[in-house]
Amino acid sequence: MPAGGTELRFSYSDEQEEFRRVVRRFLEDRSPKTEVRRLMETADGFDPAVWKQLCGELGLTGVHIPEEFGGQGYSFEELCIALQEMGRSLLCAPYFSSIALASNAILHAATDTQKRELLPAIASGESIATLALGETGASWDASGVEVTATPADGGFELDGVKTYVLDGCIADLFVVVARTPETRGEIGIGLFVVRSDAGGLTRRLLATVDQTRKQAELTFGGVRAERLGEPGTGASALARTLDLAAIALANEMVGGAQRVLEMSVDYAKTRVQFGRPIGSFQAIKHKCADMLLDVELAKSAAAYSAAAASEDDEELPTLAPMAKALASDAYRRAAADCIQIHGGIGFTWEHDAHLYFKRAKGSEVLLGDPTYHREVLAQRMKI
Amino acid sequence: MSSPTEQSVRSEVRSWLEAHWDPNLSLRAWRELLADSGWGCPTWPTEWFGRGLPVALEPVVGHEFRRIGAVGIPAGGGPGLAAVTILEHGSDQLKKRLLRPIITGEHTWCQLFSEPGSGSDLAGLTTRADPDGDDWIINGQKVWNTSAHHATYGMLLARTNWDVPKHQGITYMAIEMDQPGIVVRPLRQMNGYASFNEVFMTDAFVSAADVIGEVGKGWAAALTTLAHERRLAGSMFGRVERGEGRALDEYRAEQADLMEPYKWYPQRAGRVDLVVPRAQQTGRNADPIVRQEIAKLLSMARASEWTAQRAREARVLGRAPGPEGSLGKLSSSHIARAAAEVHTLISGADSMLAGSDGAQDGIIAEILVSVPGGSIAGGTDEIQRNIISERALGLPKGPAVDVGKPFRDVPRNLAD
Repeated sequence: MPAGGTELRFSYSDEQEEFRRVVRRFLEDRSPKTEVRRLMETADGFDPAVWKQLCGELGLTGVHIPEEFGGQGYSFEELCIALQEMGRSLLCAPYFSSIALASNAILHAATDTQKRELLPAIASGESIATLALGETGASWDASGVEVTATPADGGFELDGVKTYVLDGCIADLFVVVARTPETRGEIGIGLFVVRSDAGGLTRRLLATVDQTRKQAELTFGGVRAERLGEPGTGASALARTLDLAAIALANEMVGGAQRVLEMSVDYAKTRVQFGRPIGSFQAIKHKCADMLLDVELAKSAAAYSAAAASEDDEELPTLAPMAKALASDAYRRAAADCIQIHGGIGFTWEHDAHLYFKRAKGSEVLLGDPTYHREVLAQRMKI
Repeated sequence: MSSPTEQSVRSEVRSWLEAHWDPNLSLRAWRELLADSGWGCPTWPTEWFGRGLPVALEPVVGHEFRRIGAVGIPAGGGPGLAAVTILEHGSDQLKKRLLRPIITGEHTWCQLFSEPGSGSDLAGLTTRADPDGDDWIINGQKVWNTSAHHATYGMLLARTNWDVPKHQGITYMAIEMDQPGIVVRPLRQMNGYASFNEVFMTDAFVSAADVIGEVGKGWAAALTTLAHERRLAGSMFGRVERGEGRALDEYRAEQADLMEPYKWYPQRAGRVDLVVPRAQQTGRNADPIVRQEIAKLLSMARASEWTAQRAREARVLGRAPGPEGSLGKLSSSHIARAAAEVHTLISGADSMLAGSDGAQDGIIAEILVSVPGGSIAGGTDEIQRNIISERALGLPKGPAVDVGKPFRDVPRNLAD
């Protein structure tokens, strides 16, 4: 496996830094804030031309998918570097949903035949996939699943409602987490694939606080679905998928947190009040120092857990909730502090601070809030 | 002579140690051999009790000492701070007189920097050195001085010129501690320990020959001392755990003496290691709020270790240092404070009790009353934030009212 080697657990290799630079340059060019603002007002929330370049020229949709399934064969670390940069620029595209969520679900739940059937199109970007997991008021793990998968005619029929489905209205492929009727907890859990044109499926675009990430509600009325993988493997595949998703999201979040820190420091250096830059006042300067500490700790956790994920480290189940909780708190606080440091202008629609604030707030609770993840951590550490 | 390699150094020091290390020697006699051979301070210049080795090869020497179980030079303020400062700023005559006794342990040193009136603002010190011919008469008070009660010499910062801005009027001197004009008193801390001293100097004497560097140029020498505070020389040797013999007995007594003031440092750091066992013993690990706070604390501690590792790795890789290297002290301070809060949550009302009546035989109480020191000693959190924001983030310094002013015109504590 190229790059993401075992020796450097705490630093990126030269190749990885170059990869980051390439992605950053692309995003600075094709996803400036004017584009973010334009796309966030649309229902689809992405630019197909930019998506095509992202998939084709940069191969980002295939970055961590194994070559045998049509991907580039890099590691989870490279996926996370790409996500950091996307978080930094608030890219409006179904990347997190298709690659961090759906492709990982398929990689961990599906049979090899199914992977060969489903992954190449996702890797090329031709197919946009997403994970349908969350349900209203429910926990973000197996115990929260109520959508049922009833065996019927050699396949399954799905019934129930999924919500918070990222890019649910534009995806052509869904990986739906459902359970056999009359089961509870991890028993009877399975991951099922559904195409967007399936009969009995209705999709509704949800109004979201963070308009840069589109979400949908999916209603299943007897929708035909194929189970991924063998019976009885669903719960462990889901658990692994969720851990990887948490790490992926943590990495996207620290990319954004780093950016709001930079914005805050830049403003503090240039904004003059009472005859001097506001960054020369200790209240502001100390706030920035505290932000830096917060963000750096979260970055360390995100990077370490990404490296651990790429090596299938057995510590992964404790690293994932740790990274997600740290990133959630750091990004939320940094985004709030960024607005505070900017003063009145930080509260305007015109200024970019609120875009990051809303992304931070949404990501904070996506896949479980920090309190949930800390309880998961406590359980896994056997506290 | 061709430049030393890891192999050449390893074989050289190994054969020297095999020929000379004898645990039955007195510690002092052994260290005389270290001074003569240069192996005690291998990176020092060859003309000054060293072997001129590059710093990168220091671990090789340390490793060989540990391998054979040999003791190194004394640890602590002498070799680590005074010697380094003398080497860089002292005259040859001073080096000749004062370096060897540091290596052999004949002399021990204490640091006389901080004063009641100048802590964070060290350069604002007011201990005066008034000229007496070419010599100096010292009046003033120093505080937070480790080992002052048994030190031979003190690294003294005193003000020799009040008419120039503060940094320019300071002189660095070696002061003999055993003299009538110096009184050392232990300083009792809120945690009951008296690990440091106050030093009162009333018409104390420093000879002209004991000025380190030039008169008025003491601040540069002080910066050298401060830069080495974290990385104490002699630390390359590590601790010698095993073995018998006179040198080792004397070494262990010396170590015990040295470590005595720091017995409570682990408690000051918060004793994160005790959090989970205590929570489990008391059954408080069933409380969801306690679980949350423990998870938060452990996450912070782990991420802090990883961040320090990032800084270390960047150094090893020869990369430009990022902000991650400046965050350690502030991070530790937060962790200690959070740990104290978690211990309080876990121990509840029992945290009111101390000694053998207190939780964990008084350790919890000791944590609670030691933690406040961590955000102050060695650079307060506020100063850390200034340093971080200015150096790591490039934010501008605040206005300084004492810059460029003759020191006698700078306001001091209203009570003075």
